[in-house]
Amino acid sequence: MFSIKNLKVSINEKPILQGLSLKIKPGEIHAIMGPNGSGKSTLANTIMGHPKYTISHGEILMDGENLVSLKADKRARAGVFLAFQYPKEIPGVTVLSFLQMAVAAVRKVRGEPQLNPIEFRKLLRSLLAEFSLDAKFMNRYINEGFSGGEKKKMEILQMALLEPKIAVLDETDSGLDVDALKIVAEGINRLASPKRGILLITHYQRILHYIKPHFVHVMIEGQIVKSGGPELAQQLEQEGYDWLRPLVTPL
Amino acid sequence: MTATLNYIKDLNRETLDKANSTHYMKGARKGLSRELVEYISKEKNEPRWMLEHRLKSLEVFLKKPMPSFGPDLSGLDFDDIIYYAKPGEVTNAHSWDQVPEDIKRTFERLGIPEAERKYLAGAGAQYESKNVYHRLKEKWSKVNVIFEDMDTALQLYPELVQQYFMKCVTMHDHKFAALHGAVWSGGTFIYIPAGVNVNQPLQAYFRMNASSMGQFEHTLIIVEKGAQGNYIEGCSAAKYETPSIHAGLVEIFVKEDARFRYSSVENWSRNTYNLNTKRAIVEKNGVMEWIGGNMGSGCTMLYPCSVLRGEGSSADHLGIAFANTNQIQDTGAKVIHVAPNTTSKVVMKSLSKNGGKAVYRGLLNILKGAKGAKSQIKCDALILDDHSVSDTVPDMKIAENDVSIGHEASVGKISEEQLFYAMSRGLCEDEATALIVNGFIEPIVKAMPLEYAVEMNRLIELEMESAGAVG
Repeated sequence: MFSIKNLKVSINEKPILQGLSLKIKPGEIHAIMGPNGSGKSTLANTIMGHPKYTISHGEILMDGENLVSLKADKRARAGVFLAFQYPKEIPGVTVLSFLQMAVAAVRKVRGEPQLNPIEFRKLLRSLLAEFSLDAKFMNRYINEGFSGGEKKKMEILQMALLEPKIAVLDETDSGLDVDALKIVAEGINRLASPKRGILLITHYQRILHYIKPHFVHVMIEGQIVKSGGPELAQQLEQEGYDWLRPLVTPL
Repeated sequence: MTATLNYIKDLNRETLDKANSTHYMKGARKGLSRELVEYISKEKNEPRWMLEHRLKSLEVFLKKPMPSFGPDLSGLDFDDIIYYAKPGEVTNAHSWDQVPEDIKRTFERLGIPEAERKYLAGAGAQYESKNVYHRLKEKWSKVNVIFEDMDTALQLYPELVQQYFMKCVTMHDHKFAALHGAVWSGGTFIYIPAGVNVNQPLQAYFRMNASSMGQFEHTLIIVEKGAQGNYIEGCSAAKYETPSIHAGLVEIFVKEDARFRYSSVENWSRNTYNLNTKRAIVEKNGVMEWIGGNMGSGCTMLYPCSVLRGEGSSADHLGIAFANTNQIQDTGAKVIHVAPNTTSKVVMKSLSKNGGKAVYRGLLNILKGAKGAKSQIKCDALILDDHSVSDTVPDMKIAENDVSIGHEASVGKISEEQLFYAMSRGLCEDEATALIVNGFIEPIVKAMPLEYAVEMNRLIELEMESAGAVG
């Protein structure tokens, strides 16, 4: 069970998240929607432990353990995953060697047996095929020269490899054409399991045509102003966000 | 590969810095004099012309000023250096069994025999001033390839040596070339006859062991028309209280349609002044490739140079420098385009950490008449903390209009975003940093022979781990 309690976060002393709470049980898919600048990416990066964001109040709990003081690597090992909105390039580091190290790190902490290089290559090759990526991607430098769609596919592929307990997908649908969106969404649906919680952060409704969330939350000015079922997303598609602005609690 | 990997895993700064007791050094004198130069020449039973060359070089050395650029060399005391010593009664051995035990231990710590047996066509290892171990596989000697230590080559092939010796870098070039001319000892001689392709690397490992010991090995390589070859050198030195100097000289002659690759990893101990000179002259359609790593020394000044003398010739320079605590790595590349349609490419990467200083110093000189010359220069610096320094000093002299030149330089720090990305996948901060550093140097390491690439990565890891107190 993953939960966030009354989280207050600022960046360079500017408050962004203003007391946000959320509970995601294993097997649930939650979508957070909101206009630009509402703090959606701040939430994603804060959950993962980006050092730029300062948490002034609140808790991020994974199975009862407070992650707030842990660095990103410890959170990853505890089962948190972030699919980046803008995946970073690391020149000179191949997809193969990067992912091999990552998988070795999480397997070690979970007490799972390590994969030998041949097994790992095989696993990676089959995942690349699943995401319609050429096997040659293995030897390319991570994200360098990748198209927008290839980067997003690679993010979800990493989620498949690392098997997190909670996956935060930050604008994974942005910058994708319809074909790539389908492949990415299918990948996410395959990875939705009774053991895993998923938090979809999105600006647009279109990914929700492919992935059905159990809960939809609307975020405005660093607060969740309304929560509901999938029907809330449809309402937003028709009516926009303005009707929800009066629900923002003034500070 | 397993054996090689193991020795490299066990390789640490202590292994490299640890000195053997040097019983044979007793009585070796410090300081430089005409008598010493005559003594060296007599000891080696050299031809008259070589003695004369040494004495003339000494005169030039005494007159030449110190370099007017680059790092401070005032800690270097020419009177406090042993310029020549020969290890005991050791003579050249052609099999591992003949090498004396204490010398063998040093090489075993460095893993030379495994490397030799598994990968190399022939291995020569220089221990102080005399070669103690030298071999060339029969396959190559049958087609008249010569791979000898320099002293032996002078005895066996005096005319060949005289024709080329210090004709590429002369005693008048600079003070340390002149010093080298006066006191040089040992080194490697390679001759590849026309049309012969030596497709396995030839290797030598140099090591200074005695305190205040100067190392002045001479490497002379002649690659005849249409021939190909590839030579690898590794260097390390034990650590002592008093500074040492290394002023080696590498001369390479790449003839028409010939191709040569020279790779070196220099890891001299931290109180060594590494003032090395390396140059190649490349004839028509010849190709010269330099690959270098500089991790050691307190102070390095090293700028391998390619003179593109023949039409259509080309040069590739790849290098990595790592400056840690109290280290100055002043390195770079020089390319002189003399003939038309010549091409050069320079890729240099430097890292600085714990107050180290890495400088890229380069010269691109395109002479009048070198029409159609093309040059690409790329130097990238990665600074690993706030108190380390990086600097770029590119010099260009272009006397021809019809040329194409590209120059890119970047100085950066490890970005917080890259680090966060790698850590979000479960890598701890040190692993993530090492990963980014390895990626940064990857283009150079990729070009290296396998066992050197592994050693280079290991050395970088050691530098990354060290808090700067070692060496």
